[in-house]
Amino acid sequence: MRWINRNPGRLASVVLAALPFVLVALVYSAGSAARLAENPQDRILPAPSALFETTIRLLTEPDRRSGEILFWSDTASSLTLLASGVGIAALIGLSLGLAIGLVPMVRRTLQGFVAVVSMIPPLAVLPILFITLGVGDAAKVALIAIGITPFLIRDLSARTLELPQEQIVKAQTLGASSLSIALSVALPQIMPRLISAVRLSLGPAWLFLIAAEAVASDSGLGYRVFLVRRFLAMDVILNYVAWITLLAFLIDWALARASRYFYPWAEVRS
Amino acid sequence: MSFVEVENLFHAYGGRPILERVSLSAEEGEFVSIVGASGCGKSTFLRLLLDQERPERGEIYVDGDPLQGEPSRSRGIVFQRYSVFPHLTVRDNIVAAEALSRPLGRLFGNIRRAARARADATLERIGLGHVAGQYPSALSGGMQQRLAIAQALAGKPRILLLDEPFGALDPGTREQMHAFLQELRAETGMTVFMVTHDLPEAFKLGDRVIVFDKVRWDPHDPAAYGATITYDFDARNGGIPYQLQKDEIHGLAES
Ligand SMILES: Nc1ncnc2c1ncn2[C@@H]1O[C@H](COP(=O)(O)OP(=O)(O)OP(=O)(O)O)[C@@H](O)[C@H]1O
Ligand SMILES: [Mg+2]
Repeated sequence: MRWINRNPGRLASVVLAALPFVLVALVYSAGSAARLAENPQDRILPAPSALFETTIRLLTEPDRRSGEILFWSDTASSLTLLASGVGIAALIGLSLGLAIGLVPMVRRTLQGFVAVVSMIPPLAVLPILFITLGVGDAAKVALIAIGITPFLIRDLSARTLELPQEQIVKAQTLGASSLSIALSVALPQIMPRLISAVRLSLGPAWLFLIAAEAVASDSGLGYRVFLVRRFLAMDVILNYVAWITLLAFLIDWALARASRYFYPWAEVRS
Repeated sequence: MSFVEVENLFHAYGGRPILERVSLSAEEGEFVSIVGASGCGKSTFLRLLLDQERPERGEIYVDGDPLQGEPSRSRGIVFQRYSVFPHLTVRDNIVAAEALSRPLGRLFGNIRRAARARADATLERIGLGHVAGQYPSALSGGMQQRLAIAQALAGKPRILLLDEPFGALDPGTREQMHAFLQELRAETGMTVFMVTHDLPEAFKLGDRVIVFDKVRWDPHDPAAYGATITYDFDARNGGIPYQLQKDEIHGLAES
């Protein structure tokens, strides 16, 4: 049988999916054990048990000054910034994407402009944001929004343009105005596309968030990672990185579930 | 002037004539079948009737008025594909015929409840009552086209345009759809233009069958000229030329 036709059974699927994770864990443990055997003071690859101890400490020990558990306050601060930035970008992307996709006048006006603006490297704009908006949350939210909005606009306008012309014509023969076509024909069909576009842009959004937090902040997951780097606290960094990864994964998974739940008709087609 | 008056239409795409000197009058309530070779401009003609595109020359009048430059409620359409809204349930696809003309494209409260009840009654009539809550993608091709026709009719157009509406259906389903369409037409008395590649279908359903073809032909440049109406058959009373042929065949079978 050809390899392209061989499908793993249920058990084999689980084993195969777990395999890369197990391998990475094994390689890490082996590397860590080897380094620690040579130098018990080594901080670069802490033992898995040490990592776990750090996890417990991060989750239970309050900060001496504020009395807060920093792990949670960092998480809350980062997620708030991320949600604000992505939320603003999604709103702008959705409304401009629909307008560009549906209205020729808006398309002529904005399509070229958006194409040019999307080429601006967002991180190069960061200093401008810090200068104009200060080093507070506004600049970080703005960086995330600026970073992913052009992609969302371009993706959603393209998706809107892809809607079969037949449907738009059909709606007109049923007496629909431009507004009701936008709201009742295009918008609901673009929503699942918005969710998948947001899922794609979450990677860059995290990147911009952590970059901004690393440069200027006093809380947040990215801030903490760059702060403890000075003390070579690999155990903390690894815990935070694992946590960020898990958060990103959970958000992505939740969005996929939400899309399937709210827009079941979109699944069948794709 | 007739109900639908097409005067000396000329239409080209990118300098390539597709339709030329097309003139036609149709009375209110008439069923006009349109046949012709693939690519000769039948769908283009429907788009012009729909006012989705403007002809380069010529004019179309409906009920004495020239077309306004965009599709409107007076002319409903059923395409071969993509005619129903995939994001609405079967029921809401019918409701959309009422809802889309509202400012937000939505109905609220009691009006919405009443519209849903009417939609359910319609679906019950056309045999789609049991799938009212499902999405169109769960329906077979024949059911989707039935829904598309019912949706177009729920908008109460004066003219119904059908572009190969039954092209993708099996013969049995096609027969059912014919009966369905004839029934609806008898009820509403609307004017119908239907493009089809199926001649028997054209003669069975139509009062007239018009044929699009090229009258001028340049062997060195086949795209030099457009198509026009070359035949206009009277297909009433069961379609005289077609019916005679069929009777002969029946006669042979009986003897
Ligand atoms: N928007 C367009 N731009 C350019 N050319 C077009 C456009 N629409 C149709 N054409 C061309 O016009 C010609 C007629 O197309 P049309 O779709 O009207 O044919 P048709 O008679 O409906 O064919 P079929 O039976 O295959 O559906 C074709 O050659 C097609 O390539
Ligand atoms: Mg066609």
